[in-house]
Amino acid sequence: MELKTPLYETHVKYKGKIVPFAGYLLPVQYESGVIAEHMAVRTACGLFDVSHMGEVVCTGPDALTNLNRLLTNDYIGLQDGQARYSPMCNEAGGVVDDLIVYKVRDDCYFIVVNAANKDKDFAWMQEHVFGDAIFTDISGEVAQIALQGPAAETILRKLAAEEAIPQHYYSAEFHRQVGGIDCIVSRTGYTGEDGFEFYLAPGEAPRLWELLLETGRDEGLIPCGLGARDTLRLEAAMPLYGHEMDDTITPLEAGLGMFVKMTKDDFIGKAVLEAKGAPSRRRVGLRVTGRGIIREHAEVYDGTTRIGVTTSGTHCPYLKAPAAMALLDNAYTAAGTAVEVDVRGRRVAAEVVKLPFYRRAR
Amino acid sequence: MNHPTELKYSKSHEWVKFQEDGSALIGLTDYAQDALGDLVFVNLPEAGDEVTAGEAFADVESVKAVSDVFSPVSGTVAEVNEELLDAPERLNEDPYGAWLVRVENITEQEELLDADAYIRFCEEEENG
Repeated sequence: MELKTPLYETHVKYKGKIVPFAGYLLPVQYESGVIAEHMAVRTACGLFDVSHMGEVVCTGPDALTNLNRLLTNDYIGLQDGQARYSPMCNEAGGVVDDLIVYKVRDDCYFIVVNAANKDKDFAWMQEHVFGDAIFTDISGEVAQIALQGPAAETILRKLAAEEAIPQHYYSAEFHRQVGGIDCIVSRTGYTGEDGFEFYLAPGEAPRLWELLLETGRDEGLIPCGLGARDTLRLEAAMPLYGHEMDDTITPLEAGLGMFVKMTKDDFIGKAVLEAKGAPSRRRVGLRVTGRGIIREHAEVYDGTTRIGVTTSGTHCPYLKAPAAMALLDNAYTAAGTAVEVDVRGRRVAAEVVKLPFYRRAR
Repeated sequence: MNHPTELKYSKSHEWVKFQEDGSALIGLTDYAQDALGDLVFVNLPEAGDEVTAGEAFADVESVKAVSDVFSPVSGTVAEVNEELLDAPERLNEDPYGAWLVRVENITEQEELLDADAYIRFCEEEENG
């Protein structure tokens, strides 16, 4: 039985096409469709319900040393209000989940994890906690709404005071108000655009959703579903857990080396990553040079030699072209390498390209 | 939702328009295009290919997924609508104008529904 987010009735009201996803009933698209929703986020603004995400708080004098042992990124030197992305590895160097940690203050960190992994993550944290620190799962008490696109700041300014608007990407303002509603305002997202994510009490979520939609209408704001969320993140080459990484794929293979600090003190998975050395396969982008759309789990070939497998793929609405990501053997990861992909028995020609496929102008 | 009465419909959501010369145009219904969402790619057979009633002869892809298109008749592909290869969005915009293939030498056909029966069938699927 799937759970409903606090915005379920709102999605039905706005004619969202509801599907089960990660244990929740969520809209895959609204009436305007995936392509229009995708384009709204690239050119104007889109509104997403991401209340299915999990939230964990880590508190106590040993919070920082716990995070630095648990996660591959380094949290020393993080400022209050700053956010930092990290993979969380298992002992074998595979990825338990990828997540974002916000520093609230020295002894308090706010962690956002993937919906499908939240129980596994929390159990993993509980299993590895040490010293004077406590992990608390507050997922049930937190709703999350994302406002994404070039018009996001203009819309937010109509509803919030200057002090409530984080100035820098990957930073947050705690205990602020948007339209009179208490929330955490974070300048983050999963679309490749500028934008904000609001964390708030579930009971307030429908009111904030309606207020944002109403306020943003003149700026072209429309509600967006999971379909556009996936095409936007793929076009921006943002990895998705269960696709570009999982329990058996290391963050180095997934191209997340800049979030793995091998020079810091010990962290879970470090010994194995060190012993393995440079990865023998890596994440690449594929541009389709033949005809067709390459999806996930398609085998990639150089002639008759199997050289890897795709991890995600779709038609990218803004680029108006299909694109895929794949894990390929090292010898084939240089940009410009010609490969073939088995798409349901048919060979489709593709070329390795640099990621991301799309990068916003700054 | 629009389902013209001069057409016949399959339970896998294709429409068939029988021509005076005995051939038939085949396309996707309005219900199908709405359920599939924005279509971005079409893979069609070639003229001269044989198609078999109840078997896949083409596929269409939305942003999210690929779906097979099943032939309501057995016969030979006389013509394919090549305009769709470059403009698959026509399937969403004009489902009854955007035919996929014209099939001739028809030897067999599936059980086909008239518009009223098809509308009832779609309602049952929705509520089922």
